[in-house]
Amino acid sequence: MPRLSVWMIRTALLHLALGFTLGALLLVQRELPLHPAVPRLRPLHAELLLLGWTVQLAMGVAFWILPRFRAGPERGREWPAWLAYLLLNAGVLAAGGALASVGPGLASLLGRGAEGLSAVAFAWHAWPRIKPFGSLG
Amino acid sequence: MPTLTRWCIRSGLVCLLAALLLGFLMQWPPAAAVPWLRSAWPTYLHILVVGWLTNLIFGVAYWLFPRYSADAPRGSERLGWAALVLLNLGLLLRVIGEPWAALGGETAPLLVGSAVAQLLAGLAFVANTWPRLRER
Repeated sequence: MPRLSVWMIRTALLHLALGFTLGALLLVQRELPLHPAVPRLRPLHAELLLLGWTVQLAMGVAFWILPRFRAGPERGREWPAWLAYLLLNAGVLAAGGALASVGPGLASLLGRGAEGLSAVAFAWHAWPRIKPFGSLG
Repeated sequence: MPTLTRWCIRSGLVCLLAALLLGFLMQWPPAAAVPWLRSAWPTYLHILVVGWLTNLIFGVAYWLFPRYSADAPRGSERLGWAALVLLNLGLLLRVIGEPWAALGGETAPLLVGSAVAQLLAGLAFVANTWPRLRER
């Protein structure tokens, strides 16, 4: 498995563990009040699990298994995929953290912007690798 | 395909059908008057995301991720089964508990049990998957 996939999938697992922990706190809070701030964690819970876990896992697996090239670097240009990794995680932490603490504002906007740009960067990397069997590229 | 993967994917498919049925009922006018269906959005969302998507991911990852060793190619089978059973038990407790809460029932044991079971499922999956992710 390539280095970036290991990093992406391990980071996704960390998001899964943290997201499930917050989810458990939110569910327990309904029955046994733990702390008044717990309900505010809901946007961070959603951001961690929808983007940090599932989207990042998909990117990590796609980087690993999409068709490779016969000539040149086997996975093509890797730096946009690394950029996607950095932007996605910065975006999840910024948007989720901001929405859970200060609410919607500049930080959450920048976080969502970083998440969007991570999709652009990942598509830039992956697009040429989406090719038919037997392709000479 | 390993037995555990087959159970994960079949559980996921059952959850997908259940979620889509619940989603339909939530929009069906005669059912809209049913009190617990009016507040079923979180239940619907979690059957779809935890029940369908997470079961599917757990099963496919257990099957296809790099082998851990020759003796234990998929890591700990026990942890894998624990993740599957706890995830679905936790989801089931939630699916029973949330409508029961909407009807005014006592739900603390169900929902706290659901929270603990799902958290342990996530941790079991992480613990079994992490060592299989190695650079090569």
